[in-house]
Formats: sequence, structure tokens, C-alpha cells
Amino acid sequence: MTLLDLVLFLPLIGFFVLLLVPKDNPQASRMGALVISLGIFVASLGLLAPYWFAAPTGLQFTTNVSWIDYPPIRYHVGLDGLSLWLVLLSTLLTPIAVLVSWKSVDHRIKEFFAFLILLEFGLIGVFIALDLFLFFTFWEVSLVPMYFLIGIWGHDRRIYAAVKFFLYTMVGSMLMLTAIIYIYNKSGTFDYSEILSQIQSGRLTFDPHIQMLLFLGFFIAFAIKVPLFPLHTWLPDAHVEAPTAGSIMLASVMLKMGTYGLVRFCLPLFPGAAHASAPWVVALAICGILYGALVALVQPNMKKLVAYSSVSHLGFVVLGIFSFTQQGLDGAVYQMLNHGVSTGALFMLVGFMYERRHSLEIAAYGGVATPAPNLATVFLITTLASVGLPTLNNFIGEYLVLQGAAQANFTWVVFAALGVIFSACYMLWLYQRAFYGKASESVSHHMPDLTGREWAAIIPLVILMVWMGTFTQTFLPSITAQNAMILEQSREPQAQALKVDRAVHDTPPGSESAPVLAAEASRAR
Amino acid sequence: MLDNFMPTSAEYVRILPETILTLVGVLIMFLEAVITDDEKKSIFAPLSILGLAGALAGAIMAYGDPGPAFQNMLIVDGFATFFRVLVIGVGILAVLSSSGYLRRENSRGGEFYALILFSIVGQSIMASANELIMIFIGIEISSIASYVLAGYLRDDARNNESALKYFLLGSFATAFLLYGVAWIYGTTGSTNLTVIHRALLTGSEPVALAGVAAALIFVGFSFKISAVPFQSWAPDVYQGAPAPVTAFLSTGPKAAAFAVLLRVFMTAFGSISSSWMPLVWGVALATMTVGNFAAILQSNIKRLLAYSSIAHAGYVLVAVTANSGDGSAAAMFYLAAYALTNIGAFAVVAFVSRKGEKFVRLDDFAGLAQRQPGMAAMLTVFMLSLIGVPLTGGFFGKFYIFKAALDAHLVWLTVLGLLNSAVAAYYYLRVLVVMYFKEPGESVENIPPAGAALRIAVYASALGTVLLGIFPSWVLNFATKAAIR
Repeated sequence: MTLLDLVLFLPLIGFFVLLLVPKDNPQASRMGALVISLGIFVASLGLLAPYWFAAPTGLQFTTNVSWIDYPPIRYHVGLDGLSLWLVLLSTLLTPIAVLVSWKSVDHRIKEFFAFLILLEFGLIGVFIALDLFLFFTFWEVSLVPMYFLIGIWGHDRRIYAAVKFFLYTMVGSMLMLTAIIYIYNKSGTFDYSEILSQIQSGRLTFDPHIQMLLFLGFFIAFAIKVPLFPLHTWLPDAHVEAPTAGSIMLASVMLKMGTYGLVRFCLPLFPGAAHASAPWVVALAICGILYGALVALVQPNMKKLVAYSSVSHLGFVVLGIFSFTQQGLDGAVYQMLNHGVSTGALFMLVGFMYERRHSLEIAAYGGVATPAPNLATVFLITTLASVGLPTLNNFIGEYLVLQGAAQANFTWVVFAALGVIFSACYMLWLYQRAFYGKASESVSHHMPDLTGREWAAIIPLVILMVWMGTFTQTFLPSITAQNAMILEQSREPQAQALKVDRAVHDTPPGSESAPVLAAEASRAR
Repeated sequence: MLDNFMPTSAEYVRILPETILTLVGVLIMFLEAVITDDEKKSIFAPLSILGLAGALAGAIMAYGDPGPAFQNMLIVDGFATFFRVLVIGVGILAVLSSSGYLRRENSRGGEFYALILFSIVGQSIMASANELIMIFIGIEISSIASYVLAGYLRDDARNNESALKYFLLGSFATAFLLYGVAWIYGTTGSTNLTVIHRALLTGSEPVALAGVAAALIFVGFSFKISAVPFQSWAPDVYQGAPAPVTAFLSTGPKAAAFAVLLRVFMTAFGSISSSWMPLVWGVALATMTVGNFAAILQSNIKRLLAYSSIAHAGYVLVAVTANSGDGSAAAMFYLAAYALTNIGAFAVVAFVSRKGEKFVRLDDFAGLAQRQPGMAAMLTVFMLSLIGVPLTGGFFGKFYIFKAALDAHLVWLTVLGLLNSAVAAYYYLRVLVVMYFKEPGESVENIPPAGAALRIAVYASALGTVLLGIFPSWVLNFATKAAIR
């Protein structure tokens, strides 16, 4: 029993505890959920211990015990530089989501908080599972609470959105399950490390076309979750219909399940297929960046705008991953976290505005800055973070992705960088329309400023935006070290010799990215 | 010479469950005639549970000394024991979920329980039969009792329609089966599975003739397991029969039919598998697809579960197609998980439907989660298991089946089957949608609290479903050991 097991199972225990709270005492449910989720967050901070002064590449906090004898399925969990931050993101955002839902969820309160905590269980599990079967279990389990969160507490078209969300993921999952079983039949194990070592040592090989099919089995499941253009159509529906807390968890953490899966499974397990398909994956990513941004530009609905901006931002992540460069991958992982923080904050702020004015239409606002200056300021900071202003978090991630992509193919950068420009357009235009100008009668009367509870929910994210934009050393070393290992594992078999040769002339992978970045950042300042 | 035909005492032990069930069934029919007081009739349910528990113990005891019985007519092995325990367990859950239902419908006859017991006798014989004639007898005992059960509420028009359809189509199917048996007897000179297997193995008999026999027998079984294109009776019968009977029909007889299907095709026809595998492949795919797509269109929950039951038969046929020890073990596990899940689901349906089964439309479940959160949560467990979400028995069942199929290089069947289960998710989700996302209507207001027996049936099934999802090895290890290979 390690700390990681504790962090994983506390939410499950918390779920059952919350179910026991009497129905007619909503305050107890709220307080219970807050205490439980804060407790889990505090416990999860302990996971930082091995990473605080060093950047170990191996797995930490591993537990590996048998779960099912035959076929041998193991409860194998562990933490590395990649999963650490995603686990922390999940545990941080859950209490925030609880705070956000304090008043806005007004019916079936007990179930709401129970499902929210259950969702945390699934999410943490996905990020730490090291057995393909266990991973799949958590992958599916996380689906159920989110389905209920959208379906019960969502807006008008919630049922359509919830079912669409479930079915899209389900189709992908089934393909992934086929691939998982196939790998098991070939290798005799579900254990990720074991399969990886079999592949590395050449004991497990697939024909190129089989490898491509297996890659696609995983890839489609992850691409739906990311979501990668053109599989993104469930996302705007789910986001617009979900309650605020659901949108936050969905955008900030659940979408990362897809990108995490790409980095963790698609690259190292099927390097040949991943390299072979990189051109068209990148093409789709760039399509997503531009398409998401352009559609966001014309959205009259704030939540939909933020949702499409997610499609665009996640395109950057996929671009970074499939650039197969150290900087690109570092940027992609960093951008996962950035997007979690800043888009989570955006959804939260939009939710605050919705609670006051009961509309998501941009046209219903205007001049909000006059009655609610604090809200406007926080929104501005978040907007600037989202468009990639230096010293705020997204800049670092986008910059690294673009730098990595430039090493791979400069043409990609030309198109992808347009996405950055567009993002400034739609976000600033949104800000201008909603916050500037003369406040109408209804806006000025129904727009009180942030309350104490709302401050408590948003402040951690604002601090993180600045922290992640300036003190990258807190986060990047462990990510970089881990990514170097993943890149090493996902080398194209036949190209290995070539790569070694090239590495002499190029920037050595891993060690340099952070200093280069710091220099770049200071120049921009 | 005559001595050889005298059964030994060990052979009597090997039919202990059937003996106990028959005796208790006859006892109940006798008491039925004696007891006139309506209130005293409530002893029939506990009595039949007692009988079933005795049969369960008998089945386990019989397994203590496995082997053939009565000139190889029956065989008690792990496979037979697994299915005996399964159908007896289904019987216990069916009785638990029926007693309250029958009281509600003012129809507390003892013959209901006697029929259930007799039906299980038939299924238990099917599970252990090693001889086509015994299989036929088992199917007939099981079916005739089932026909009557389907029409048990004789004043209800739907019950009558259901029973008649079931009877006509069922007899028709049995005729096919008999024709196939005659054909194989003509070809190999025996109806004993072991002898047929040996005869076909030598290759001296024409494979084409044996293939025709296999096809005819497969048609007969296809009716019983409601496989496409012989599935059309299932929705009507399942809709018309009383809900607890439907729960029973869709699990017990089906599991027993799959037991004989597996045994006949993997032992007797094992050596000519290349001639029947393509057939089963096609039927499996068609059954999954037709079941799932038809279920999408249903608005009556019993019909929805009927089509779902067809689809699930398709999944099990995938395991049959794999034609391997793993496939047979997967089918066994799947049938156990499916039986628990389905009987639980129908028990909840019986609970919500109220007197005269007034509320069986899907919309009648609207808001169930707010009025009866416990029952709604249990039905959620069952639906998630039917979808195949991890940590439920249904998921592991599917997982093992498709693993066995991939082992047997049935890649396309696996992919199409799994995509099928994504389609299926849609209609199971509809049940969750109405229960959780819709406001309560008239149908769920003032539901009288569920009786203790029904509660036990529902919670035990849900617990079993979840346990099979978290600790599948408990059942799977036995199934793997007992599987036909």
C-alpha cells in the first residue's frame, strides 16, 4: 500500500461515504465533498516528494499485485514524470469543481457530488494504470460518472449530449479493446512494462500492417477523446450542455486522457506505425488548430467558443507529440497542463457569468467590467493566458511545440502558428464584446462581483497560470526526463542509426530545452 | 447379462439433482390438491427453494464422483455440473422474484413452482446428457413446462398468445432437431455423442451427410437460443409472458440449450468443425446485429430486453465459433454473468410493472431514480453489465469471448462484435436516460415497497454481477477446468 494507492482509492471510499449522507441535508453533501476532495489533494501533494529535487525517470510508488489469475491481469500502478502532473491536475480540479458547484447545482445535490468524486477515481486510475487491462477498466469507468453529470445536471439538450459523449467514446474503446486483446494473445501479458521490454528486446514484433491496425485501434480511441479533428463533434455538445463543474473536469482532465494515451501507449508500443502515420496525424492536428480557431471566431455562444478553442489547443498538443522531438513532446505535455488550468478557468468564469445572467450568449453581455471589475480582471488574465502571452503558461507550451515542430518540418509551423494568431482574435474579441462598452440596464443590475467562494475557486488557477509561465523549472525537468525516455523507446527501428548520427549536429535531446526556453522567454519580455 | 443393465449406486447419485427436483415438484402438486386455504399456499415458494437448495447440494455431491451413468446416456463432469448449478441458481432467483408477483396477480398456485422445478429437471438433464435422445427428452421436459409457464396467467390475453406462439414454434424447432438426430443415426448408426465423434473421426462416414445432420440439429438449437433467423418468437413470447417467467425463460433454458449446443458441436461434430464453423460464424454475426439494431427501436422494456437477449445469444455464438477450450469456458462464464444480470433486470421490471403489468413501457421508468433510488441503482448495474462496462460480469464475459475469438483468428468477427456492443450501448443507455434524466411520472409514484424475496433476488443478482466483474477468477477458473475442448 503506497501513497499512490491511497490517492487512488480515497475517491472511491469518498464516493460511498457521500452516498451515505442523508438526502435532505445538502450542506453536508457539499461540505463532505469539499473535505474529501481537499483531503485527496493534500495527500496527492505527497506524490511530489521524489520529484522535488530530482527528476527520476523510473516509476515511483509502484504496486504490482495479481488481480485476476487467468488471463493474468495485474493491479499494477505507478507514477512517472508524465502521470504525476496529470494526477495532481485531477486532484486539484476536483475540489475546485466542488466549490464551483456549491450553489449552481440545486437539485439532486447528493448524487452530484458523489458522481464528481467517483469521476476523480476513474481519472486518477487512467493516469497511473500500468496494465493495459487495468487502464481500459479505468478508461471506461470514468465514462459513467461523466455521463450522469452531463445527463442529469446539464442544460436543455443534455440527454442528446450525454448519449453522444458515451457512444463516441464507446466506439473508440471497443477498437482499443480489440487491439489490447490482440497484443495479449501475442505477448501473453497485459503488463505495460513487460510488453514494452518485449518490444524493445525484439521478442515481440508485429508485421507492419498489423502494427498499423493495432496503432489505429488505440489511436482512434484516443483521438476521439482528445478530440482530434474530424472526431471532435461530440465535444461542443458535451461542453455546452454540461454543468460548469462537468465542463471543467471534461476540458481540463478528461481530454488529457486522450493525449496521455497517445504519449504513453501509441508512441512506445507502435513506433513504426506512429512514425509512418505522423504526416497525416499532423495534418489533422493542424486542421483542428485552424478549424477550431475559425469556428470559435464566429460562435455567438461563450461556452461553445471555449469548447472550439479547446479543439484548437488540443491540436497543438497532438502536433507536438507527433513531431517526435524533445521540445515538441515537452511542449505537448506542458500544454496539456496549461490547457487544463486556463481552459478550466475559462469554463469556470463563463459558468460564474451564466449563474448571474442565465445566458451563454455573448450578445447578452457587454460592459460587464463596470459592475464586476474583479471578474473582468480575472477573465482578462485568463484570456491572456489562453492566447499565449509570455510570462503566462500557454506561451511556454505553444512555443515549445512550435519549436519542436520546426525541427521536424518548418511548413507545419507556418500553418500552426496561424492558430496562435486566431486565438488572440477570438479571445480578445470575446473579451471586448462581453466586458467593454456600456453596460446595459440588465447587465449592471445582475452582475455582482466575485464572491469569496468564487475567489477561492479561481485564485489557485490564476496563481498557477503565472507560476507555470515563469517558474517552468518546477515542472519541466521531470517531464523532460520522462519524455526523453519515451522518445528513446519510440524511435523508428530502422532509423535508429540515422538518428544517432543526426543527434551530434542537433541540439542534444532533453538537457537543453529549459534553458533555451528561459532565454527565449526573457527576450520576449 | 442383465447385471450390466442394473445401475450402480454411484449412478443414482449422478442423477441426484433431477431426482430431488422431481420429488419436490410432485410433492408440491400433491399438496396443491390437499391445501385449500389460500393463505397456506405461501409455503410453496419456500418449499421449492428448499428443493432447489437440495438439488444444488445434490449437483455438487454428484460432482464428487464424476463419470458416466446409465450406459453413457448421461455424463457428470465439470461442464455438466457448471450448468446444473447455473440452472438451479437461476431457478432460485426466479422463485424469489415470482412469489410477490404471483400474490400481486392473485394467482398463488403451487403448480407454478412445480412447473419451474420440472423445467429445471429438463435443463439439468440437458446439461449432463451425452446422448442425442437424452438431449431431446431434456429439451422436451424443459420446454413443455416452459410453454405452460409462459401462459400461466390464463386470464391474460397476452399470456395466452405468448404460450401459443412459444408452443407452436418450439415444437416446430424440435421437429428439426429430431430430423437431424434421425439423419445422424442413419449416418453413423448411433445417437451417442462419444460414438458419433469416433465414427466421424475415422472419416469412413460421408462428411456431407453428417454436415446436413449438424445443420438440422443446429436449426433446432437455434430456435431454443433464439438465434437469427429463428429469433422471431422471442420478442412476442418474452413480452407476453409474466415478467418473472420471462426472466426465467431468457436465462435458464437458454443456458441449457447452449450447454447442449457446445457439447454436441464440440464433441460429436468436433472433427467436422470446418464444415459448420462458417455457418455459426454467419449466424453469430447476424444474431448480434439483428438483435442490437432491432432493440434500438423498442419502446417496451420487455421487448427491448428480448432483443437484447437475442443479441447476447449472438455473442455466445461467437464463443462457439471459436471452437476451443477457451471459447467454451468463455461461453460458460458469459452465460453465468448474463443469467445473473438478466434475471435481476427482469425482477426490477416485474417490480415496476405493477398489477396486470400496466407499466412496461420504457417511459414508465421515468424518474425511477428519484422515487426508488435503490432499485434504479441496481437496474443501472444490470444495464452497465449488459453494455459491458468494466467491473461488471458482463464485461468480463465479453472480454473472454472476444479473447477466445481472437485466439481462433476470428479478427473480423471480433471487431464487428465489439462494434455491435457499442451500438447496444445506445439502447441500454436509454433505460438509464429515462430513469435518471426524466422527471417522475404517474407510473413511479406510490410504488408499494418491494417484497423481501424480490429484494433479495435483485440485490443478490446485482452483487453477483459486480463480484463476477471484480473477481472473475472464482468462476472462470472452474469454467476453464471444466470446459469442453
